[in-house]
Amino acid sequence: MNWDLIFTQMFSQAFGVNAMVYALAAIGLNIHFGYTGLLNFGQVGFMAAGAYGVAMTVFWLNWNFWLGIGIGVIFCVVLALILGVPTLRLRADYLGITTIAASESIRLFVRWRGNRERTGAAEGINDFADSFFALNVFDKPGNESYQFLFFEYRANDLWVMLVGWIVVAFCVLINWQLIRSPWGRVLKAIREDEDAARSLGKNAYSYKLQALVLGGVIGGFGGMLQVISKQSVQPDTFNPVITFLIWTIVIIGGVGKVWSPVVGSIIYWGLISLMITFMRELIGTGAGPNLDRFLNLSILNVDQLRFVIFGGALMLLMWFRPQGIFGSREEMALDDR
Amino acid sequence: MKKLQFISGLAIVLLSFVGLTAPAWSQTEQEINGRLQIRTADGERVPAEGVIITVDGVGEAISDADGVWSVSVPEPGIYTVFVDEETLPDGVSLRTVGRSSLEVEVEAGKPKTALFSLVEGEGTAAGTNTSEGITGRRIAQLTVEGLKQGLYLAMAAVGLSLIYGTTGLVNFAHAELVTWGGLMTYFFNYYGLAGMIGFLAPLPAPFGGGSNLIFAAFFGMIAGGAMGYLLDRFLFRTLRRQGVSLIAQMVITIGLSILMRYAFVYFFGGSPRSFRNFTAQSAIDIGPVQITPKDLIAMGISTVVLLAIGGLLTFTRIGKAMRAVSDNRDLAESSGIDVQRVISTVWIFGGSVAALGGVFFGLDQVKWDFGFRILLLIFAAVTLGGLGTAYGALVGAIVIGLVVNLSTLFIDPELKNMIALLSMVLVLMFRPQGLLGKAERIG
Repeated sequence: MNWDLIFTQMFSQAFGVNAMVYALAAIGLNIHFGYTGLLNFGQVGFMAAGAYGVAMTVFWLNWNFWLGIGIGVIFCVVLALILGVPTLRLRADYLGITTIAASESIRLFVRWRGNRERTGAAEGINDFADSFFALNVFDKPGNESYQFLFFEYRANDLWVMLVGWIVVAFCVLINWQLIRSPWGRVLKAIREDEDAARSLGKNAYSYKLQALVLGGVIGGFGGMLQVISKQSVQPDTFNPVITFLIWTIVIIGGVGKVWSPVVGSIIYWGLISLMITFMRELIGTGAGPNLDRFLNLSILNVDQLRFVIFGGALMLLMWFRPQGIFGSREEMALDDR
Repeated sequence: MKKLQFISGLAIVLLSFVGLTAPAWSQTEQEINGRLQIRTADGERVPAEGVIITVDGVGEAISDADGVWSVSVPEPGIYTVFVDEETLPDGVSLRTVGRSSLEVEVEAGKPKTALFSLVEGEGTAAGTNTSEGITGRRIAQLTVEGLKQGLYLAMAAVGLSLIYGTTGLVNFAHAELVTWGGLMTYFFNYYGLAGMIGFLAPLPAPFGGGSNLIFAAFFGMIAGGAMGYLLDRFLFRTLRRQGVSLIAQMVITIGLSILMRYAFVYFFGGSPRSFRNFTAQSAIDIGPVQITPKDLIAMGISTVVLLAIGGLLTFTRIGKAMRAVSDNRDLAESSGIDVQRVISTVWIFGGSVAALGGVFFGLDQVKWDFGFRILLLIFAAVTLGGLGTAYGALVGAIVIGLVVNLSTLFIDPELKNMIALLSMVLVLMFRPQGLLGKAERIG
C-alpha cells in the first residue's frame, strides 16, 4: 500500500484543475439556487456554452483564442436569456425540467454530425489553446511535473491552476460584494418570498434573469478552463450527471454562503480521490481477490464507486443536512414556488 | 446469502487495513486492436495488409496479412485512433468518407477493438441515408416505430405521472425502475430463481438454470413492484412524515437515480447484453411495414396492459381512489380514503409497469443506463400529457413516440431526441398544464 501516492493524489486533486473548475461552476449555481432560489438543473449547459465558445472560435472561425473567451461569455449570456425569458415565470419544478432538457439539447446538438465543421461533432475539438499555454510561466520541456510536499502537478496544469484560482478568487470577491449590496438583498428577498418582494415594487422577474445570467457566465468560465486544461472539448463530457455533481458540491459546502462552493469543491475532490486511490491500492494488495469475490470490486469497476458515493452523498445531505457544512437552516428556503 | 457476503466483504476490507505489506500491484497491459477488412464489390471481405494505424500519443502499428493490428497502451483512458489513408491498398477507401479517426475508451486490462470499415471503390459521404425522401412506405414504417416507442414509453410514464399526482413528487429515479426491471428480467432469464437461492440450481426451469423470457419478465415485474414498494416504504414515506419539502425530495430522487445507476454498472458491467430468448429475429413484412415478431407481440401486450390500466383507473375501487388522491388529496383523505395505502399501491403499480416497459425496451439490448437514456423522453411524455394525469401520460407518450420518429422524415435521426425535448419546452411555455391537465395558475 503506497500511502505516499494516496496522499499525493488526495492533496493534488483537492486543489487541482478539477476542484478549480467545479468551484467556478458551483459559485454560479450557488448564485442561482443558493441566493435566488432558482432550480437550475442545467448548469452543465452553461459550462458547455463557455467551452464551445472558446473552442469553436479557434476551430471554426479561425479567430484569435483570446477573442474566444469573449465569445464564450456571449454564448453564456445568450443561453441564459433564451432559457430565462420564457421559463422564469414557471413553477420551480418546471424550471428544473426545462433546464435539464435544454442542457441535453445542447449536448445532442453539438455532437450532431451535421455540425462536424463547426463543433467537431462527437470527436470534439483538440489543440485550440496553444496561445494560452505559450504564456506558461511554469513551462518545462515535455510538460514534466513539479513536486513539492504532497503536491504533484504537470507544468501545464500548474499554469491553468494559477490562472483558474485567480479567476475563482475574483468571482468569490464579486459574489461577496454583490450579495452584500442592495441588489443581493433583493435576490435573497425573492428567494424567501417572491410575492413580498414584488409587493415592495421589485421586479422579481428581472432580478431572477440577472442572477441567471451572472451565475451562467461564471459557470461558463468553469467550462472554458476545463477544456483549456485538457486542450480538448468533447460533447459527452457535458452530460447531466455533471450538473448534479455541482449540486452535491454546493450542498456539501453549504447553500447561500460565499465561500461554500470553493470549500465544497476542495472537500469533494480531496475525499473522492482519497477513497478511490485507497480502493485502487487495496485491490492491488493481497485483499484484491477477496474483494473481487465478495464485493465484485476490481480495478475494472472501482471508478464507478465515485458516482455511487456521490449519489448517496447527495441523497443523505439533502435529507439530513440540506444546509451543508457551513450553511445555516435559515438560508435554506427550499419551497414550492 | 447476500448479507453474509456483504459482512464477510466488509470484514476483509477492515482486515486489510492492518497488515498491508503486499507488493505494489503490476498494471495489467491493455491494447487497442482491430482487423481491417475490405468489403469487395461482390460483398466478400478480404484482409487489408500494410495499413498504418496510429494511436494518438502512443504509437503505431501495421496490419499483417490477416489485416490484424494491435497497439498496446500504457493506461486506461480515451484514445484517438487514426488510419493512414495513404497506406490503404489501391482502389480501396474508407466506407464513410472522412471517418479516418475513432475515439475509443480503453478499460484497464482489456483489449479494445477499433473498427474501420473499408470498401472497394469510393466510400459514401457521412450522413447520406439510403432511405431519404418522404415516401408512403417510410411514413408507414416510422408511424409503426413511433407507436412502438410510444407504447413502451407509456409503460414507464404512467407510474411517474401517478406518483406525481398522488404525492407531488417529480421522481427522477423512475428511469432506474425501468432499468431495474430490464436487468432483473435478464438475471432471471439467465439464472432463473436459482440465481437467488443457490440450492435450487439442480431443479428444472424456471427454478434452476435460466427461465424462459416470459417467466423472467413476470418475475422482473414482481421485482419492479417490490423495488417501488421498498422505495416508498423506507425512503419516501419517511421523508413525507418528516415534512421534507418536495423540492428537497426531488433532489433526493436525483441522488437516488445516480446511486442506482452506478450500482447497476458496478455489478452488471458497462457492456450491452441481450436476453437469451428471442434475440436474433428477422423482420417480417406486414403490408408496407417491416417489424420483428417480438416487437409485434410486445406492442400487443403493451396495448392490452395499457387498456387494462385505463379500465383499472376508471372502474375499480383502488383506481378511483388513485384518481381521487391525484385530484385533491385532502378531500380524498377526509372522504375516508387511506391515502398512505393508495400511495403505496401507486408505487408498487408504477414500479411493476415500469419494469415491464424495461423488458420491452430491453428486447433490443439491456444496458446499465438504458432507462436513463429515455428519462427525458418520459418527462416529455408526462409533461405533454399533463403532469399527474394518468390518461395524459398515455396520450403524451404516444404523441412523443410518433413525433420523435416521424421527425426523422425531415431531420437527421441523431437529432430526433432533441425534437422531443424542445417540444416539451414549448408545451411548458404555452400550455404548462399539458394536453389533458386542468388549467391552473402555475408560477
